[in-house]
Order: sequence, then structure tokens, then C-alpha cells
Amino acid sequence: MTDLKLQIIAQLNLQDLKPEDIGDDQSLFVDGLGLDSIDALELIVLLQQQYKIKLANADEGPAVFKTVRTMAEYITAHQATNS
Amino acid sequence: MENIQSYITASCAIKNGKVFKNEKIIFENIEDTLSSFFVSIYKNFEMQYPKFYKMDMLSKLGWLAAEILLKNNFDTQKYKADEVAIILANTNASIDTDTKYFETIKDIASPALFVYTLPNIVIGEISIKHNFKGENAFFISEKFDPIFLKNYVQNLIINNNLQACICGWVELVKEDYNATLFLIEKEQNNIKFTAENLNKIYAL
Repeated sequence: MTDLKLQIIAQLNLQDLKPEDIGDDQSLFVDGLGLDSIDALELIVLLQQQYKIKLANADEGPAVFKTVRTMAEYITAHQATNS
Repeated sequence: MENIQSYITASCAIKNGKVFKNEKIIFENIEDTLSSFFVSIYKNFEMQYPKFYKMDMLSKLGWLAAEILLKNNFDTQKYKADEVAIILANTNASIDTDTKYFETIKDIASPALFVYTLPNIVIGEISIKHNFKGENAFFISEKFDPIFLKNYVQNLIINNNLQACICGWVELVKEDYNATLFLIEKEQNNIKFTAENLNKIYAL
């Protein structure tokens, strides 16, 4: 999960943060890390660029990008499906 | 034109690896990249605004200059939100970010870059930070034009019930950059708001 946090920090230019500053179950949006709608789009780009995963259903977005853990689980599940 | 005298109550310039406040060098640094130089300014003046890192280079430059311009020279309670205007100009609009965005569309277009493909976004970043809601405009001109700037801002002050205006030049293309901002107020000061004085400070 540290690698994913590093990728999120790089993709979103969160240069003040270190991986350990982001909790595995910390909310990424609003009261948590405070990400916004543009950041959400960047996370979709991250999934495509780094993991070749396309978010097929936009309605899944809030659940997938809820926390680093939910993102990691989504990536793991889709990598297993693709392999 | 009604004769209301306005004054340059503060100025800030960022250029050639130096930061000037009121015509004096207050910070100087040599970094390998322009991005590192901007971060060094941000850290040196102990700014706390994580969104800074997400801005494009033009917005970072203008935002830093505005922060330093207003620091210790501006009471945010003094004016209503719609009494403060921002009027900026440059030669190359947002071409630095436009080019970077164009590079990304060969793969996957970057939403974060796309939102900065207009020069007036820098005005938005400054306004968001300080809750300014007054008149704003970003002009494109071949070179810094102090006569136009003076006439335009003075006209706003006379006709739009403005009390203050942040105005000036914010230009950035690759590693070439120059931000020179002025704070214009009606409050008496020893530097009158004239084209000559704008040009004198710009030419430092």
C-alpha cells in the first residue's frame, strides 16, 4: 500500500505529504485528505496509467476511491481478473 | 476623468532568482529548477497552503508574488470582498501549461493540467486564498504597458467603487519568468500611482 500512496502523492502533487501521513482507512475526500473533483479524475488517470484499469462504471467511483485500502482492493481484484 | 489620487502602497517582484518587496531584495536563491526555486520561496516565507503544490507554474508565480505583496501590507478586514480588484497581464498567456497539457493528450489527458490552460486562473487562485470578489481581468500585451495599466486601474477605481487593486505583470514560459505586482490604494503613500512609478519599479 506504500507504493500506492507514493503514486497518489506523485499524481496529485501532494508534496507536503509522506506515505505514512496517509492512513490506510483515512477518507481521501472532504474531511479526510481533502481531495477535490479534479483529484478524483487524476486518480482515474492513475489507475489507467499505472495499472491499466479503466473504471467501467462511474457510479463505482465513490466506493473505489473512498480510502487507500479500497483503492488497493479494487486494483488487486482487477489485476486478478485480468491475469 | 475625475481626479482621485491613488498610491502604490506596496510592490513585489520575483525575477532572476530574487524576490523584491517594496524595491528591496528580501530573498535570493539559486536552485537547479524553477520549480525548486518557487518551493524555496514558499518554504522560506513559511506559507501554509497545500494547494500551492497543485498549481501550474504561472499560478505558483503569481500566487507567491501576491502573498508576499500583501504580507504585512494589507488588512483583509479593511475592505469588502468586492472592493478589491485584480488586473494582470503578460505576453504569452498560459502557453507554458498549454504546451505541457498538449504533451499529456498524446497519452491520457491530465485533468489537473487542463484546469490551468487559461492565464486568468492565477487570478482565481489569489482570489480564493483571500476571498477577493472584485473586478478582475487578465490582458495579453506585447510588453509591460504601464500607461494602459495605470489608466485601466484608475478608471476602475473611479467608476467601480473599488478601494484597492492588485495589478501588474505575471509572465512565465519554461525557465523565463517575471512577476511584478503592485498594490494600489487610495490611502496616502509617498509613491503616487503613475505610469512612471510603475515602470520604475518594473525595471528594477
